[in-house]
Amino acid sequence: MAEASTLVDRAIGRVHDRNVQPTCTSDGGFAENRTMLLALTALALLAIGLFMTLGARGSWAFVLSYRGTKLAAIVLVGHAIAVSTVLFQTISANRILTPSIMGFDWLYRLLQTALVFSAGAAFTVTIDSVLLFAVETAILVGFACLLYGTLLSSHARDIHRLLLIGFVLGVLFRSLAELMQRLIDPNDFVVLQDLMFASFNTVDVSLLGVAALVIGAATLATARLLPTLDVLALGRDTAISLGIAHRRTTLLVLALCALFVAVSTALVGPVTFFGLLVASLARSLVGSRRHAVMLLAASLCAVIALVGGQTILERGLGYNSALGMVVEFAGGIVFLALLLKKGTA
Amino acid sequence: MIEAAGISKRYGRSLVVDDVDLELPASGLTAIIGPNGAGKSTLLSMIARLLPMDAGQARVAGLDVAKAPSDELARRLAILRQENVVVSRLTVRDLVGFGRFPHSRGRMSAADREKVEEAIGFLGLHEFAERFLDEMSGGQRQRAFVAMALAQDTDVILLDEPLNNLDIRHAVEIMRLMRRAADERGKTVVVVIHDINFAAAYADRIVAMKNGRIACQGPVREVVTEPIIGEIFGLAVIVREIDGQVTCLFQK
Repeated sequence: MAEASTLVDRAIGRVHDRNVQPTCTSDGGFAENRTMLLALTALALLAIGLFMTLGARGSWAFVLSYRGTKLAAIVLVGHAIAVSTVLFQTISANRILTPSIMGFDWLYRLLQTALVFSAGAAFTVTIDSVLLFAVETAILVGFACLLYGTLLSSHARDIHRLLLIGFVLGVLFRSLAELMQRLIDPNDFVVLQDLMFASFNTVDVSLLGVAALVIGAATLATARLLPTLDVLALGRDTAISLGIAHRRTTLLVLALCALFVAVSTALVGPVTFFGLLVASLARSLVGSRRHAVMLLAASLCAVIALVGGQTILERGLGYNSALGMVVEFAGGIVFLALLLKKGTA
Repeated sequence: MIEAAGISKRYGRSLVVDDVDLELPASGLTAIIGPNGAGKSTLLSMIARLLPMDAGQARVAGLDVAKAPSDELARRLAILRQENVVVSRLTVRDLVGFGRFPHSRGRMSAADREKVEEAIGFLGLHEFAERFLDEMSGGQRQRAFVAMALAQDTDVILLDEPLNNLDIRHAVEIMRLMRRAADERGKTVVVVIHDINFAAAYADRIVAMKNGRIACQGPVREVVTEPIIGEIFGLAVIVREIDGQVTCLFQK
């Protein structure tokens, strides 16, 4: 008892007699990770430079504008996947689940198919592709909030059960989409195929402008939420105790995730494990759990992996369509490693 | 300071908290005791808006917890649960700093930093301030979370079994700190606690719960008696005063 008392007194005395110099943490953890972030930025710029110039022949004006469009799309997609993954992992409080693993991508696909199936190709062809994209995105955001909002707010949140539910949902959405594609009128199917043809190599550039706008707005919204996200990562009860309107904030972040996923799926189609790959990579590279740092690092990692990978595969090795596969392969291995490690928090 | 009227919580068919009325005055330390499953933590969680209530109403510092904005409540009420998510690579100082979030919204002023250092000092965590939470022992981590709740600087502090994982020395230390928070700063502290002797030694008043209802409440000497404790836990106990301290022992 006496010992405990002196311990307490000493501790309290220390406040007064010690000249406390608190380390600065309000910069969002940038200072301590400056080297890593600078290195990542340099690598990303290098990858972009090589992608734009390597093996260029003929008119530079053509090469730069042709490759520039493709580059913009790849960078947008990488950023969207990275940010949506980190956001989703924060609200679901784990490191294994990602929007794509939970079936977001295939939900979007299913919506695309259902729209053509029910409204007919004539409708989808006549309306503007940007308007169509907007409609699909709005529906996805609504559905995602409804479905995943309910899933995440249920009190017994067991990661492995959520994972299982996510996989089952993904397969369900995929099968439903494929079923509709079989039932659909062949003429309509051609239109649909056009919508779904996107991959890393055949980016749907007609949507690039609106995609950039959506991603820019969603990124701004995310930036405004940064301090809240840091608190959200402490878990539901602590976040509520610290005054976060938990349910509303979770739904808002889910909506942002859905926006990012809609854009990336519209541009290059479903990508299952890439988000997990870059989010885990970013976590192991930066020592800070601040979202400002983590989101930036994840986004840079995604750009490096996609642009660098595309450069190496396309220009270096002459494989034109392998990037998706390579990325999925590496991401799948990370997924298995995380599952075996049971990395939760 | 805390007024609850007709609070109930139902899980399926079982009524976990059954029409509880509770009124606690401002400042002072209240301990909630009772057997497992008596509804202690559930009651505390509902008062702290972590759990929606099925019936009834709770007011903390004049605010209806179900209706008042969460951020406004966070400046008057702090709650610490038993299990907390341990974020990896988060230092003690960062964690305690989150306690200032309701006031700073993420932009810490010099005054906020001062409060953080004060809370760290109050819990004797200065030498651990730069340690990562996932590299600390359960007891140290527990103290870091208590420091965060203190840094929040609220009139009301609710603690759900804060002595779990703590050895007797650290448990005594936490209870003394809570006692001092109540005495020196006029805080209203409510602690859910299993150990009757800790409750008897440090609380001003004890609320004893059984089967989702408040079985008995009042000053320590009125509640910690052989018939009452024996009835609540369904166990014969011996209550003696040892060196002026009410002490409860089980009968072997």
